[in-house]
Amino acid sequence: MIPLKVNGVQRSFDGDPDLPLLWYLRDVLGLTGTKFGCGMALCGACTVHLDGKAIRSCVTGVGKVAGKEITTIEAISKDGLHPVQQKWIEFNVPQCGYCQSGQIMQAISLLKEKPKPSDEDIEGSMSGNICRCGTYQRIRAAIKAVAGENV
Amino acid sequence: MSDNILNISRRGFLQGVASTGALILSVRLVPDFLWAAETASGTHADHAVLHPSAFVGIDTDGTVYLVAHRSEMGTSSRTSVPLILADELDADWKRVKLEQAIGDPRYGDQDTDGSHSVRSFYEVMREAGATARLMLTRAAAQQWGVPVSECQSDLHVIVHRASNRRVGYGELAAAAAALPVPKKEELHFKPKSAWRYIGKGASSYDLADICTGKAGFGMDARLDGMVYASVEHPPVLGGKVKSYDEKAPLQVKGVKQTIPIKPFTPPHHFQPLGGVAVIADNTWAAFQGRKKLNVAWDNGVNSSYNSDQYKKELQQTARKPGKVARNIGDVDAAFAKGGKIVEAEYYVPLLAHATMEPPVALADYRDGKVTVWAPTQNPQAVQETVASELGIPKENVICHVPLLGGGFGRKSKPDYAAEAAILSKAVGRPVKVVWSREDDIKFGYYHAVAAMYMKAALDEKGKPTAWLQRSVFPPIGSTFALNTTYGSAGELGLGWTDLPFDIPNHRAENGPAENHVRIGWFRSVANIYHAFAAQSFANELAHESGRDSLEYLLDLIGPARIVDVKASAPEYENYGESPSLYPLDTTRVRRVVELAAEKAGWGKRKLGKGAGMGIAVHRSFLTYVATVAEVEVDDKGEVKIPSVHTAVDAGLVVNPEATRAQFEGAAVFGTSIVRSGEITAKDGAIEQSNFDSYPVARMNEAPYKTNVYIVDSDAPPAGVGEPGVPPFAPAVCNAIFAATGRRIRELPLSKTTASA
Repeated sequence: MIPLKVNGVQRSFDGDPDLPLLWYLRDVLGLTGTKFGCGMALCGACTVHLDGKAIRSCVTGVGKVAGKEITTIEAISKDGLHPVQQKWIEFNVPQCGYCQSGQIMQAISLLKEKPKPSDEDIEGSMSGNICRCGTYQRIRAAIKAVAGENV
Repeated sequence: MSDNILNISRRGFLQGVASTGALILSVRLVPDFLWAAETASGTHADHAVLHPSAFVGIDTDGTVYLVAHRSEMGTSSRTSVPLILADELDADWKRVKLEQAIGDPRYGDQDTDGSHSVRSFYEVMREAGATARLMLTRAAAQQWGVPVSECQSDLHVIVHRASNRRVGYGELAAAAAALPVPKKEELHFKPKSAWRYIGKGASSYDLADICTGKAGFGMDARLDGMVYASVEHPPVLGGKVKSYDEKAPLQVKGVKQTIPIKPFTPPHHFQPLGGVAVIADNTWAAFQGRKKLNVAWDNGVNSSYNSDQYKKELQQTARKPGKVARNIGDVDAAFAKGGKIVEAEYYVPLLAHATMEPPVALADYRDGKVTVWAPTQNPQAVQETVASELGIPKENVICHVPLLGGGFGRKSKPDYAAEAAILSKAVGRPVKVVWSREDDIKFGYYHAVAAMYMKAALDEKGKPTAWLQRSVFPPIGSTFALNTTYGSAGELGLGWTDLPFDIPNHRAENGPAENHVRIGWFRSVANIYHAFAAQSFANELAHESGRDSLEYLLDLIGPARIVDVKASAPEYENYGESPSLYPLDTTRVRRVVELAAEKAGWGKRKLGKGAGMGIAVHRSFLTYVATVAEVEVDDKGEVKIPSVHTAVDAGLVVNPEATRAQFEGAAVFGTSIVRSGEITAKDGAIEQSNFDSYPVARMNEAPYKTNVYIVDSDAPPAGVGEPGVPPFAPAVCNAIFAATGRRIRELPLSKTTASA
């Protein structure tokens, strides 16, 4: 049995420890906010937080996160909207929206580490997250707005 | 969500659904809109007290139900089209509930492609809104005993100003429902000055749900008792299974069984590719099980297809006379008279859509009927394809349309939905088919590879006296009919037979090419390679003439006039619209060129070393777009795109913010095409597989800032989803030339002189 905490709820998993966390979240727990995009940590759609830091859940086996705390988009804000979500809405960031859970989770992780990120910080952190619709400039603007810059 | 369920229960929807045998979805997991468009029971709009059209219903509590019948893949169609109806109804958008339509011909065309959702349904939506508003107005007048002419709407209420009376739409719904539905001739449409939403727009209806992970994409559809499937497809188009290991996949924990899927009968159309499916109790187990199938394939005739050799064949064909698709004057005679002759060849490879959400579908087959949840651009095609595969009537296929995690044309082809239906019938349970990224890249309906040959004769000022253009590409028609090798009038009308240039002798030709992979629509379709060749060549001619490329381009476009395209290209289709309503107007071509250049500071800004600007203009989907790209190329040949200025004349624009977003996105989509987009085949099998071998633009590679300028226009609405893509690649390549003197005639950059 693998113990782990998901969005504050204590869970235990008795399946294959190699099962990627992504599919545990989606197929076993029904937490479908976290998306499948590539299965190889190339696109970032599956980004969740492991003890508060962004990771790619598609290449992280459940066995690797035993005893750890996982947070997904569904629980990133306890009540109301997280400031990053608020700015995402204000800037009309999403188009199709499929990658945006991952983008938001990555951005929150970035801002936690660097509350006032430079352009280089933003590109360095966010370039692992692909948006095929091409919302990058709005993502950048929304992150800067959260950081308190006028954009 | 609770409200919605309450409403459903109140109308006995749950009982109705249960009695038809459809599954009741798990409440916890299914977003509102998957509930909304119910099966045989109809929509909330149908069941509302007042429902004068399939698109609208008004309940006694004042809730306005609007039906979104176009698919949402990121272009805001789901919001922008019903918004038109809401405006004409004078409804409060905050009191509108959108329902996503199932596939049903009563809504008309639902194939969300070709950038025509607003164009084709603008009048339909206005009529539906005006009809409901007139019925409400008449009901109020009747109630008050005053003439209808003295009553008018004012945001969800009807008012009688003389007596200062007001009554809400909800309170009027029952009385209005008793009135006859007015004829079109009786309707009065709101004047532009009274528009609330058209031209102002609204944020995506799903915006907050998307940002909180609650939105329901196709990938997220779930049913109790469902199993997951992953399909091993033949690596070569038309390949067949010779043998496979039925037992080994079962060693993977969670794998339940393997099921063969029969190969398609040519032409492939939307049929599944065939192969072997692995059924499991989670997606990953199904993926793992496939690795143990050990399928032996009979690869068939397409196994001799190699992209390198095929490219040479296309190029050779392009150098030979082809079928004439447009002719003005006498090109051969003009070439014989001499002048400076310029020739160039261009090449654009196969491209894959790579939607962030790979193809996926959930199907539940029971007793000769099947319900499908598919992220599809075309739910009626899902019905047709599934019906044909299962041998059941189309009416027995219900197709729900969740949000699409990107479409770009890939999801107009429902092969993946048919797989889910076939497998659900085979296993007797709901089945969700999930394509891996590798499946998506290797088994697409690719954007056609194309070779173009261009030749011009220039007078002493550099103006062409003759212009010859030839394109060769495997046509989309090959997906639907065997032995289709020439481009259709439709494909050639995508930026090839409709160039707006002022050239006395001008001929456009097309040569034959066989397909060896599935070819399909891809965001902006043939416009991509046609615009690349035409706008790059125009830039080459400017350089050959020693003239500024902006000034030259405007000279090539020539004076303000309406171009009668059909006079020189009799088969020209003009995107299905009449030339009188949607003419090719060079005034509008010139205006976007001048606007983009002005905003970019063309010729006014001093650029640094290694920097350059390029311009391109293209009309597609009846929208005029000019793009100025600024690039910086460093010593190693690395290209950066610090700014893009795009001017857009799309006629009347319903949703400006969503429109700007489409053009920002088109620049990024175009960046992928320019930098790295290339699909190749070896021995018939696609060589790329994931975002490592088929890279798409990331934040650090995309334009830093794309500025979009929308021309204020009262012309009828045209497209906005696709038209931003075609001028982008030539604008960037022209900018690279300006910056470095290196001419890019072949895409992507990663394969040519400048680095990606």
